Amino acid sequence: MAADAASQGTPPAGSRSGRRDGLWLLVIWIVLSVIGCLLVGLVWGPHLPPGDQSNTAASQQFDITVLGVIATPVIIGVLLYFGWALAFWRQKPGDETDAAPIHGNTRVQVTWITVTSAIVLGLAVFGTYELIAPAGAGAGQGPQPVFNHGVPPAASDTSWSPNSNNILQVQVIGQQWAWTYRYPQFGGFETTQLVLPVGQPVQFNVTSLDVIHSFWAYQLGVKADANPLVNNIAYTTPEHTGQFVVRCAELCGIWHGAMYDYGDVVSVTDFLNWTHSTAIKLAAVTKLLPPYALTYDPTVLANVGKVNQALGLTSAGGGYYNPADPEQP
Amino acid sequence: MSLPARVTTLVIAFLAVVAGVVYVALHYIGSQPPVVDYTPVASNGQVSVTLMTAPQTTVTDKPDWVTYFIKDPSTGQFVHTTYFEVPADTRINVTILGYDGCTPLRNPLWGHVTGTIGGVENVSIFNGKTYSPATPVSTFDSYANCSVQHTFAIPGLGINVPVASPNTVAENNALCTTSPCVANNASEALAPHSVVTFSFVTPKTGGTFRWQCFIPCGGGYLDGNGGPMGTPGYMMGQMEVQA
Repeated sequence: MAADAASQGTPPAGSRSGRRDGLWLLVIWIVLSVIGCLLVGLVWGPHLPPGDQSNTAASQQFDITVLGVIATPVIIGVLLYFGWALAFWRQKPGDETDAAPIHGNTRVQVTWITVTSAIVLGLAVFGTYELIAPAGAGAGQGPQPVFNHGVPPAASDTSWSPNSNNILQVQVIGQQWAWTYRYPQFGGFETTQLVLPVGQPVQFNVTSLDVIHSFWAYQLGVKADANPLVNNIAYTTPEHTGQFVVRCAELCGIWHGAMYDYGDVVSVTDFLNWTHSTAIKLAAVTKLLPPYALTYDPTVLANVGKVNQALGLTSAGGGYYNPADPEQP
Repeated sequence: MSLPARVTTLVIAFLAVVAGVVYVALHYIGSQPPVVDYTPVASNGQVSVTLMTAPQTTVTDKPDWVTYFIKDPSTGQFVHTTYFEVPADTRINVTILGYDGCTPLRNPLWGHVTGTIGGVENVSIFNGKTYSPATPVSTFDSYANCSVQHTFAIPGLGINVPVASPNTVAENNALCTTSPCVANNASEALAPHSVVTFSFVTPKTGGTFRWQCFIPCGGGYLDGNGGPMGTPGYMMGQMEVQA
């Protein structure tokens, strides 16, 4: 009411001038917005999650900062108007007269629609660019990634060298309740440790051996669902050495909350040394792993021994339940 | 109905609902298996812990669930629980009596022994008559051989121990039928089983470490991960480390 009165240049109930209030509101809003945007963009922004340990994380942090800067004037405007109304446009005690009637204001409506449309459309363009530029923004894109700008497909599944066009492939395997990681370009060993080289693009091939999990490398800004019999691809390039947290982001059973570990971004030299020593250490069990594949079906086993066959054990433990079983989940 | 009667009825109904909620919370959600305390029997920086796997749980209302038991050091009896307590910075000498039959691992990686002293476990198989010599093993091939029945894994400490199994068709067809497989019935002790021993050192600081079996052994459940795999006291539990 008072706003309409102010926008129409007519004084609201009471003795204040609507035009003068509008001017004050505009000036205060501009000053506070400039201060707020600077604080959000320059002071808070560099500390916003998920940090800047990878290009995808830094991109997400930038996106959140931009959204914060855009939202700041809106929030300040709403709160300022709210506070101003409470402070100055209160109904006087004993005053029971009606407020001024509301009329449409074409200028206000056009301005409102134009500004909000520009913000929404601008964010749509910005968001689309930010999704494409860092090769999918760190999210799982399914078996056939749409956004792979700047990330050439792997030239070799069996070897890798730094600073080449052959992207490093790491298979992430979810299972109740642990993550394991397979490195096909280093002999195909599988380990519970996730180690990545700094400055080298990485392609995560995420899958599951049982139920649906979600691989969430928090500080790397990578999150991809781990679905059984599905390969879900996500990209990132670690930019700083250090530790990062890996969590499961999909409720997957009683120990879901404990299904986390830590990964490390190390120098390229340290990474190559680690892969060499780990491949040697795990050589005995690597020979027992199934051939590297983008997905695994635990119900289909190779080289099942005679005793297992005689006992009817031709697939891994578990299997899908029989609908006739009285103990269905 | 008079106003006092209606108020009384309402209060009683409300209290009944509250009592029901409290009962469900305490009895089903808040309950946990008993904790077997090994801290009083630790000496010279080490303690011996004995576990048992059984192909069924005849001491509960889930007789077809596979399960672990833990030996209570104060009574010598096996208790149906998976919760135990050990002191910090102590060598834990574990013996697992494996009375279940073999099952191929879902992920062959879990056939690799990790986190134990020496990186091995010692395995002896009782075929119903004699024990084979204890042999150190570091890796099991559960596809080619009938060799693994369950695993004992503490992910937070990097410990993974495949529990060896009786490895012939005849032995797997003569597993014990009443649990626990020793203690109550002498004849049950004659059932084929494995004796797995290994050691590890608890961290210097205390804490709660969950442990689990990595073979989806909940038969009849989707992907084998329901039932005993997801129920405390059967195939997963906690190790409390007292600082």
